[in-house]
Amino acid sequence: MTYFLQNVVNALQWGSFYALIALGYSMVYGVLLLFNFAHGDVFMVGSYIGFFVATGLVGLSATGIITLPYWLILVLTILISMILTSFVGMLIERVGYRPLRDAPRASAAITGLMIGIILETLNLIALGAERYKFPELLQSQTYDFMGVSITNKKIMIVFVSLLLMYLLNLFVMKTKWGMAMRAMAYDFAVVPLMGIPLNTIAALTFGLGSALAAAAGILFGTAYPVMDPYMGVTIGWKAFVAAILGGRGSIVGAAVAGFILGFIEIFSASIFPSTYRDLIAYSIILLILVFRPHGLFGQEHTSKLRL
Amino acid sequence: MNKRVVVSILLLLVLSVLLTACGGGGSDVIRIGINAPLTGDNPKVGEGTKYAAEMWLEDINAAGGLDVGGKKYQVELVIEDNEYKAESATKANTKLITQDEVLLIIGPQSSQQAVPAGGVANDNKTPMISPWSTNPNTTKDRPWVFRTPFLDPFQGPVIANFAAEQFGATKAAVLYDVASDYPKGLAEFFKQAWEEKFGEGSVVAFESFTTKDQDFSAQLTKIKESGADFIFTPQYYSEVPLIVQQAHELGWDKPIVGSDSWGSAELVNLCGDDCDGLFFSTHYAAAGATGATKEFIDRYNAKYGYVPDDVGALTWDTLLIAQTAIQNCGKITGDLAVDRECVRDALANIKDFHGITGDMTFTPEGDPIKCAVIVRISDAGEFEFFKQVCP
Repeated sequence: MTYFLQNVVNALQWGSFYALIALGYSMVYGVLLLFNFAHGDVFMVGSYIGFFVATGLVGLSATGIITLPYWLILVLTILISMILTSFVGMLIERVGYRPLRDAPRASAAITGLMIGIILETLNLIALGAERYKFPELLQSQTYDFMGVSITNKKIMIVFVSLLLMYLLNLFVMKTKWGMAMRAMAYDFAVVPLMGIPLNTIAALTFGLGSALAAAAGILFGTAYPVMDPYMGVTIGWKAFVAAILGGRGSIVGAAVAGFILGFIEIFSASIFPSTYRDLIAYSIILLILVFRPHGLFGQEHTSKLRL
Repeated sequence: MNKRVVVSILLLLVLSVLLTACGGGGSDVIRIGINAPLTGDNPKVGEGTKYAAEMWLEDINAAGGLDVGGKKYQVELVIEDNEYKAESATKANTKLITQDEVLLIIGPQSSQQAVPAGGVANDNKTPMISPWSTNPNTTKDRPWVFRTPFLDPFQGPVIANFAAEQFGATKAAVLYDVASDYPKGLAEFFKQAWEEKFGEGSVVAFESFTTKDQDFSAQLTKIKESGADFIFTPQYYSEVPLIVQQAHELGWDKPIVGSDSWGSAELVNLCGDDCDGLFFSTHYAAAGATGATKEFIDRYNAKYGYVPDDVGALTWDTLLIAQTAIQNCGKITGDLAVDRECVRDALANIKDFHGITGDMTFTPEGDPIKCAVIVRISDAGEFEFFKQVCP
């Protein structure tokens, strides 16, 4: 029983990352009908921006000009990095996607791949290939609940992820901008004719998705503090799987599917020999898609997608 | 201009560039190829290789060149990046052998690259010495391939014996990367050695993951549940901190033991306090070194600002072995095939070479006979000599 519960805790943390990253894929698809394959690398960029913001704030605090407690540094790091990374996302949209909006879908798809490679290589050139250690802003503490080990980091990660998903949902459902996004997702050919600026909404969507990826990147840095330029590749691909599993363009779907993917991976590894983890995990997902080809929350008609 | 003309001009340009690249290199120059991971997953390994090689070249240049049979030859190092990938390592070897026309190749470092790259060197009859690869397949049935470290089949029992004595352990857990030659090989040799000692089923958890994985919580939860006395994880410095930290966060307070892949200067930077007090087996210990080893460490530290890890030390030994072999050859004819064969034969005949990582004599297989060292990571984060284990 404790074994089972321990794995539930493990899966909740691991699923949070998939969910946060999958949301970015899903939103962009919902509005613009394209997958931003550079998203995993935006996650990496967000993590590195977080690294520099956190290091800067820790350094500033150490000089004694203003003394900040570590929890405040963590909060500030997340907020500042989300804002900075959203600009990176908007820049990617402006440079990589807007000029290609009327180009064939395949061109837009490989744009993402190319931007991803460019981001990785730029990082490699700027910072070199050595590993960076994400600053330890949250002193790790392990609590023992009837044999189940829970750390303050795990609680923080799951809590912040859920909070961000809730705020995103609030934004999309309750604000005018959110309504514009949903309208665009419904029909992006006609809605701009009603006076909704397509370019602004596209930039907003990329910005929001990138901000979430940055948050994921920083939370990831606190849990897995070894960073490298290719850290976003595998997790980006797997989060893409979660986005599809959730149903293309569905926000709730992406969030739920992210956690489902986390659970499937962790439990495949804990029940079967861990060598077969990905084989079993992704066979299960293939099976789900065979029976639900539009994903868990996706709709039959792809032209009428809902955010 | 029509298309055909443009294409032929371009082709001519490419050809002329290639030709000029191939030309040059008079008969007074000895070219040595270095195949190292300057970028990719283990850049620190590539850096250590490069720095050691540059230090060696400095010595050669200071002496006015390499003296072979009374004639001084200039030495040129051709350093190729293998990006820590098997495909790139074989490509780099092919380029070094056919295009750069090197006399011999130093590297690749990790077995993942050295095993496939060794095949290329052997097929092309070019001597290759891997300074760091410990997997038996690197040199197996390959008369042209040599190495300077001890082998995994030796390291497996060393760690098994050490853990049994030091911790009084009877149940072992292993966590390794199934997609990488070195950890996979060593994990299996360790398992074999442990089960010979304590019988079938005494390795209570044999868990794996794949390269690039960052979350090991499921595997570590399983290991904790299995009641093992310690974890053996033959992983690299970029993964070890994550494994150790996650184990501690899951409430694991028993020992974690590693192998020579832990021995990077970067490990302690990334791991912090979590790695203090852990043990691993390796080729040499920097803290408390004496003689030529200390001389090398001090010089390296003064030049590059950190204590060299085992890759640096082994690369240094490898270059000196290569130098000895070339000098034992007696002369450079300029005919690459003849010279390469001469160097190979000289390498095979090296006896009692005094290296900074220990004394070596090559077996007919191209492997050295030498001792291993158990290192403890001190509370200050230094690699301390703990004990020596000889075959």
